[in-house]
Amino acid sequence: MNNRLINWFKYASPQSFYPLAGKMIPWFVALATVFGLAGLWLGMVVAPTDFQQGEGYRIIFIHVPASWMSMFIYLVMAFWAALGLAYNTRLSGMMAQALAPTGALMAFLSLWTGALWGKPMWGTWWVWDARLTSELILLFLYIGFIALQASIDDPRRADKAGAVLALVGVVNIPIIYFSVKWWNTLHQGSSVSLTKSPSMAILMLWAMLLMALSFWMYSIAVALYRARTIMLERERGTEWVREVLQQEGAK
Amino acid sequence: MKPRQKRIALIVAGLVVLGIAATLVLNALNSNIALYISPTDVAAGKAPQGKAFRIGGMVKEGSVKREADGVTVNFIVTDTEKDLLVAYKGILPDLFKEGKGVVAQGKLADGGTRFVASEVLAKHDENYMPPEAAKAVGDAHQRAADNKAKAEATGAAGTAPATPATAEKSPLKTGY
Repeated sequence: MNNRLINWFKYASPQSFYPLAGKMIPWFVALATVFGLAGLWLGMVVAPTDFQQGEGYRIIFIHVPASWMSMFIYLVMAFWAALGLAYNTRLSGMMAQALAPTGALMAFLSLWTGALWGKPMWGTWWVWDARLTSELILLFLYIGFIALQASIDDPRRADKAGAVLALVGVVNIPIIYFSVKWWNTLHQGSSVSLTKSPSMAILMLWAMLLMALSFWMYSIAVALYRARTIMLERERGTEWVREVLQQEGAK
Repeated sequence: MKPRQKRIALIVAGLVVLGIAATLVLNALNSNIALYISPTDVAAGKAPQGKAFRIGGMVKEGSVKREADGVTVNFIVTDTEKDLLVAYKGILPDLFKEGKGVVAQGKLADGGTRFVASEVLAKHDENYMPPEAAKAVGDAHQRAADNKAKAEATGAAGTAPATPATAEKSPLKTGY
């Protein structure tokens, strides 16, 4: 019991997390590439044309994974934020800060691809329905989080302020997810969910899941990479950073 | 309580309060968040008078009629209970089809019997499948309907086994 706790807290310090993250990044990059290529091939070449939308439906292979990631990354960010507030660990704030830009990118991708799809299919780029609006709020939350953290010089205080914002914003995530169930929206309901069998041809589903895995791996790789940079920057005065820099300079 | 536990409790309590507040606000705003109302709502007089609003439903099979000028389209929006006649002048989206979902923005005219739309959007459903599969599903429904009709015609409706038609997904399911 005690043993396990010590192990966990060992990696909660930037000093020991830095080399671990460095070792993990190439693996996640490789997995993202493999899943991405497989997903794109399956989605763009193998998967059949849709009976209503023709080829236009293929945007889901980007749109849906991006939307899932935008919500999931926010949850992870809020989790780190809560951990940081409760335990005052240095790593938590860094992880939250490292995740935010990727989350913002995913939210933007989701909105952008959705608009591109909406114009030919629905007949409009944008409509103020509950799903689209709450996803836009998510993008603003990410941008707000990044701006708030950047505007406070003291990293500890910046982390605290950001964490509060991240936790308040978490209420938006179930709203996004269930919006198509709770209200009349133009956006269609979920094709894939945990509670029912997917209403999608099996090949399309596989392509989408592979793309989702790829996005997942990419997000982890990029977040770890960013976290490493943040660690070096924030702890630049410390002994371990000096050692790391000397080692990497010697290579 | 250690300070750490106190902070955790504070965070959890904060989230709970926030969640309750959000639920109450969203409940109060319920009718404003909905993008459209159904023909049944219109028939019940829930539509705003003299103001633009959106109606949503399914385009009734066989109801789409183009007028002589070539750009004005008349069709019926139904939620299977009530119907509403819609007139629209303009270009329809690709996915606009009979038997499929539609959302139209506009105003009521002629004492509420007709809806003059300024914008018509297709509402897509969550089913993604290749054309062959769609045809197979359609055929199966057709067969099921035929079987049912036959069974009723021979007076064996009560003893006939449940046909797939009973398990058929309503096309209106999405968003209702």
